[in-house]
Amino acid sequence: MSSQNLTIVQAVRDGLYTEMNLDDEVLVMGEDVGKNGGVFRATEGLWDEFGDDRVIDTPLAESGIVGTAVGMAAMGLKPVPEIQFSGFMYPGFDQIVSHMSRFRNRTRGRYTLPMVLRAPYGGGIRAPESHSESKEMFYAHEAGLKVVIPSTPYDTKGLLISAIRDPDPVIFMEPKLIYRAFRGEVPEDDYTVPIGEAAVRREGTDVSVFTFGAMTRPTLEAVENLEEEGIDAEVVDIRTISPLDRETIVESFKKTGRAVVVHEAPKNGGLGAEITATIQEEALLYQEAPVKRVAGYDVPYPLYALEDYYLPSVARVEEGIREAVNF
Amino acid sequence: MLDEDGTVVGEVPDIDDETLVEMYRYMRLARHFDTRAVSLQRQGRMGTYPPLSGQEGAQIGSAIALDEQDWMVPSYREHGASLLRGLPLKQTLLYWMGHEKGNEMPEGVNLFPPAVPIASQIPHATGAAWAKKLRGEDDTAVICYFGDGATSEGDFHEGLNFAGVFDTPNVFFCNNNQWAISVPRERQTAAETLAQKATAYGIDGVQVDGMDPLAVYSVTKAALDKAKNPGEGEGRPTLIEAVQYRFGAHTTADDPTVYRDDDEVEEWKAKDPIPRLESFLRETGRIDDEAVEAIEEDVKQRVADAIEAAESDPRPDPSEMFDYAYAERTPEIQAQYEEFEALREKFGDEGFLRE
Repeated sequence: MSSQNLTIVQAVRDGLYTEMNLDDEVLVMGEDVGKNGGVFRATEGLWDEFGDDRVIDTPLAESGIVGTAVGMAAMGLKPVPEIQFSGFMYPGFDQIVSHMSRFRNRTRGRYTLPMVLRAPYGGGIRAPESHSESKEMFYAHEAGLKVVIPSTPYDTKGLLISAIRDPDPVIFMEPKLIYRAFRGEVPEDDYTVPIGEAAVRREGTDVSVFTFGAMTRPTLEAVENLEEEGIDAEVVDIRTISPLDRETIVESFKKTGRAVVVHEAPKNGGLGAEITATIQEEALLYQEAPVKRVAGYDVPYPLYALEDYYLPSVARVEEGIREAVNF
Repeated sequence: MLDEDGTVVGEVPDIDDETLVEMYRYMRLARHFDTRAVSLQRQGRMGTYPPLSGQEGAQIGSAIALDEQDWMVPSYREHGASLLRGLPLKQTLLYWMGHEKGNEMPEGVNLFPPAVPIASQIPHATGAAWAKKLRGEDDTAVICYFGDGATSEGDFHEGLNFAGVFDTPNVFFCNNNQWAISVPRERQTAAETLAQKATAYGIDGVQVDGMDPLAVYSVTKAALDKAKNPGEGEGRPTLIEAVQYRFGAHTTADDPTVYRDDDEVEEWKAKDPIPRLESFLRETGRIDDEAVEAIEEDVKQRVADAIEAAESDPRPDPSEMFDYAYAERTPEIQAQYEEFEALREKFGDEGFLRE
């Protein structure tokens, strides 16, 4: 299979392109996704390729975008609506939590929603107000939704194709900080990366560091730096926030007995809390130190002059790992 | 009221000479500020910025009609209108430079902070006007700005519907600049005009040439007066659709040449509100070369001073992050603050700042 060297945002586009070619029921809709090719260029060229009926510029209305996608999906189409920034999902929140997540359950499986709601999320790009938050847990808290966050170009395309083929609705959150940060090999053909499976990015024996999305980069950097201090850390990229791959988490923890969770979302009610509880429930007797959470603070995401102080930095991650190891 | 050449074609509103010249001065100020702000962004001295060029007639023509006690609820593009309401340019710059301080309204400035999520400010404006009515402050109206794209959002519907039901003293001012980033006005609604949406809420709707500042002033003034003193059988709220064009990008992050034709841009540039008003003021003897030159100098100086002031403003202290989530820090926030300070003590700012 031939491959290409793509960024994450190019892998999103390639995943959409690949699946739209294979399946006429797949369509893209949202604000500025058509002629403009998306504000991050995630749908570039798709409008020229597939036309106005499959790459649809909608009115500026997120509830309308999500709600009409629900109706389309119930009729058997596979809509992939884009919300331009995850901070603008809230007008569509009612549709997401009252309908998108529940159609299968409410109709005892008679109606299902094979749709994927895509949105760039997260901080670190000096963006204006309301453009930088990391609120994946809103959706993880909602039964009936799957929540996916890739961190590499390969995973991005593979997970996106899995999400489109999944019979259930998926929230696909794209870490915009690393949209163009690096390139990776991405097969030209279609392939899938399974939803619900975490990936061990680096094996280690002293401590397990759990992270996802844009935070995988500072985490891996911190872990490399700590080699010099003789700390051998394992890094697990969660990849699917819901359903959580508890097996991989517990397996890694049983090996190391120590854990750090890194995410940019606020600490309170963040994925770190769920991972900590999982460890406590399933591997208590292996535990050698308190689980350390390196996370966003429980304050509103600051405007960008201060965002570096809010987001977990390499130094903060290193310090968190030291704390867990030296307990 | 003014055609594209600035010739009077309607009834000139009753505005004193001084105010007319101020209107011109503020429009020039807004334009020059905008040009400089875009260039600051290009030079990496400021983050993403939403330009307003082309929209000065609508912003200044409407804002100048407000009385001292009136309130303004802006979107994120009303730098000109906000300035006229009393927000120093320095603060607008600070906001787009990523400082929270930009949103700290000076005492006595009746202005809400900019609202980034589209249309989300419209119900606030209804609520603020409703509060004035409930408190019997009948001399106060609230103007709310939003764009053509906002009229597609649920908040637009809900805000205007409440205004109709509770007869609140509102002026809903739609800056229809034809484009919601790349999506043209025709893709927002199949309705012929945005103004006609008012009918469904049982309120008045009016369409005006948003690039004619005198026409904008007239309809806004009339709407504000009606909001405060409706005639027998009249409702208070009004929806104004000010038809205009943004000459530049939606923000400095997009390239309008991808989605719209140069010819269209040129057509609208012929309607530029600034030369129109200038011609009128010159023809009627209100300004001359000397006055225009003095205004140009004044405008340049004020913008330069604002940039100097914003750029020399000290970087916000990172501990501020923890100070305003609640009236008092919760125990958990206090603990996080202490952990944060300990890390800063240990690693310095280098422990946080990315390149």
